[in-house]
Amino acid sequence: MSVSAHETTRPSRGFRIDLKTAGPLLALILLCVFGYLLNPLFLGEGNVTNLLTRSAFIGIIAVGATFVITAGGIDLSVGSMAAFIAGMMIIVMNWAVGSMGVSVWTVLLGVGCSLILGIGAGFINGFLTTKGKIEAFIVTLGTMGIYRSLITYFADGGTLSLASPARDIYRPIYYDSILRIPIPVWVFIIVAIIGWVLMNRTAFGRYCMAIGSNEHVARYSAIKVDRIRTLTYIIQGLCVSLATIIYVPRLGSASSATGVLWELEAIAAVIIGGTMLKGGFGRIGGTVIGALILTAIGNILNLTDIISNYLNGAVQGVIIVAAVYLQRGSFRAGRKNKPAE
Amino acid sequence: MTSAEGTPAPSILSANRVSKSFGEIPVLFSVDFDVRPGEVHAIIGENGAGKSTLIKILSGIEQPTSGSISYDGRTTVLPPNGEAEALGIVLIHQELNLAEHLTVADSIFLGREMRKFGFLDLRQMREKARSVMDTLHVRVDPEARINMLSVADKQMVEIAKAISRDARVLIMDEPTAVLSVSETQTLFEQIRRLTARGVAVIFISHKLDEIMELADRVTVLRDGQLIATVGTEALTPDSIAQMMVGRELSNLYPPKHEPDVDAPLVLSVRNLVAPGVKDISFDLRRGEILGFAGLIGSGRTAVAEAVVGLSHRVAGSVAVNGEAVNFTEVAQSVAAGLAYMTKDRKGRGLLLNVGLQPNLTLLTLKKHMRNGFLDGRSEAKALERAVRRFDIRARDASVRVGQLSGGNQQKLMLGKTMESEPDIIIMDEPTRGIDVGTKQQIYHIIAALAAEGKSIIVISSEMQEVIGLSHRVVVMREGRMAGVLEGAEIVEAEIMRYAAGIKQSGEDERLSA
Repeated sequence: MSVSAHETTRPSRGFRIDLKTAGPLLALILLCVFGYLLNPLFLGEGNVTNLLTRSAFIGIIAVGATFVITAGGIDLSVGSMAAFIAGMMIIVMNWAVGSMGVSVWTVLLGVGCSLILGIGAGFINGFLTTKGKIEAFIVTLGTMGIYRSLITYFADGGTLSLASPARDIYRPIYYDSILRIPIPVWVFIIVAIIGWVLMNRTAFGRYCMAIGSNEHVARYSAIKVDRIRTLTYIIQGLCVSLATIIYVPRLGSASSATGVLWELEAIAAVIIGGTMLKGGFGRIGGTVIGALILTAIGNILNLTDIISNYLNGAVQGVIIVAAVYLQRGSFRAGRKNKPAE
Repeated sequence: MTSAEGTPAPSILSANRVSKSFGEIPVLFSVDFDVRPGEVHAIIGENGAGKSTLIKILSGIEQPTSGSISYDGRTTVLPPNGEAEALGIVLIHQELNLAEHLTVADSIFLGREMRKFGFLDLRQMREKARSVMDTLHVRVDPEARINMLSVADKQMVEIAKAISRDARVLIMDEPTAVLSVSETQTLFEQIRRLTARGVAVIFISHKLDEIMELADRVTVLRDGQLIATVGTEALTPDSIAQMMVGRELSNLYPPKHEPDVDAPLVLSVRNLVAPGVKDISFDLRRGEILGFAGLIGSGRTAVAEAVVGLSHRVAGSVAVNGEAVNFTEVAQSVAAGLAYMTKDRKGRGLLLNVGLQPNLTLLTLKKHMRNGFLDGRSEAKALERAVRRFDIRARDASVRVGQLSGGNQQKLMLGKTMESEPDIIIMDEPTRGIDVGTKQQIYHIIAALAAEGKSIIVISSEMQEVIGLSHRVVVMREGRMAGVLEGAEIVEAEIMRYAAGIKQSGEDERLSA
């Protein structure tokens, strides 16, 4: 039959897929080599540990963002949400210290408060985008402003600080290590693994990709589109909550400057990792590498004098655009000669 | 360009022995066509007869594979991309091409805005627009936004746009498909006013009565061939329908096995009202193939979507296997053994940017779970089965579905639908845009499913298909049931009479009374 003639092979295909999956990893390795050549301290154990710990915040949030973006959404509110949750945790814990003394329960209360707020905030974003039928960009732009303003209000324009007895108990969550790996890194690893399984080995992940790829097809395929979409925002909120839980003991304070631009860093990590911004294709592994790349850039600039640290954002920007260009632009040209219908 | 009484004026636009193939598939065979100034020339034919291709060639959007186009007495090559508008040939598409957020005046002057000192001269454009509207006797505010207008008014804006460009040939693709009776009359008055000024009008319609009313000449196309060009006075709606049909059934279709008369009813729809659906009632027996015929936009898809819960049902009842059901989500109808296969395989049916396997199992992913996780091996087995059963041909399973041919996409979508093991399957245009070999395969699959005891509704705009497959045929027209045909009544001319509104069943009169 004439049909089979259409499906001719394109020899470049395997090559493209390989580069697409391995690209971000390759970039990270190159960056490490570059960093090491500039300053051997870059690969010292202390610096690597530091780098991983710092990348945990953005990384955890970016894992959540991968789901939102894969399902065709966007969440701009995560940075403000983190600041707001951090502030609320501190207020609740300080109140607990004042009223019933200090114990492990004080911290657990703060953690519980964080989880509830994260899930709730995610639900609100999801509910407004699905049931309210408002574009995700608008909804999360709105909630971003609300959370940022609320933390400023509660901190009265200044800084909320955790009472020091509670801080002493909470401190180890950020500063301690298990098997020489800091706890935040463990949390990052676990979140990434769960995220990977969820994305690649469950119906939920498949549904996210289907919805992001074509919402109509998803609906006609008996997928509960609104429910899945809302769930992605709840996962995002949960990830923000986890990131905040390990962030608060680091400084023991929260202010209106907390988490500024985290949303853009998280989205950048997702995109560098090979997830498509328009949805339909998500890669958790890529997101993790994306987060590491972003943190590594800042770290390298800190360790060398060649480029001013003030140019951190510029270098990150160049890397983001270059990454997307390499993944899409050049390969799209090769994809154009697809067989005609 | 005015002609003396009696002798026909020379044609302004003509196609001479024009043929067209897309790839290896020929769609027009050596067609002659011409239109004279001041004339309305209608083109009719079944879906796929080549009407759209012909008007695309006449407006320069497509170039003929062979043959030539003459305009104004000279053989020319029309410029592509609608640039023929500058020459005075304007095509008004069925889905009107207007930017929804512009005003009427903006739309009329889009692409050739009037300027004063480099800035837009809004006032003059408004006035010009108003004067054009006045000459057409159209009362539409030039400052109204397009999205605030009715479809009929939008069409008038398109016509005004054409007139303001001094169109000499106006080509309209099914302009009345979306218009009410009174709107149609307004449009016809407009067209008569234009022809009185010497504009030539080419008009595609499925509605035979309209053609009888409006056209001076009629050209009938069938399977890409020119059947006849005849003066309307020599025609009756029946003779047009006969010309459009005039073809024998080939062995493209498998023999029909009539279902038992006492086979249980698996689906009963009573007085269904939904968006685009007005008071529809029908039954489906076990093992039966029920055809739904009608023109595009007659509400067949709307019925299917209302039944399976894709659109909101306003009134009426649906019963599956005797039990009343009220599906609000597709998942519920799938669970009840009722599956709907969309006609829009690229937009609604398949994910084009992923491979075969995720597409096949998307509807039934729950079947491929082990301990809460997806079981890739089970999915791969399902794909293997479907590839064998439906003869899906792909280089390998990782190929993106968007790169498959239409026929293979359709078979994959059939496989996806059948994965849910439905007892009732509604297939919407199951062979749209695929080659005849694959069509035959799909027909045999449909017949085999019915023989197994599945019940099938086939919605199709290809009458041959409905006739060749169905045990009974429901003909729809404007959201209503125009008639139900059985046995020997299922012939093309009869379907066409109901679909075009020449004939109405007694039942319909009772319902609308």
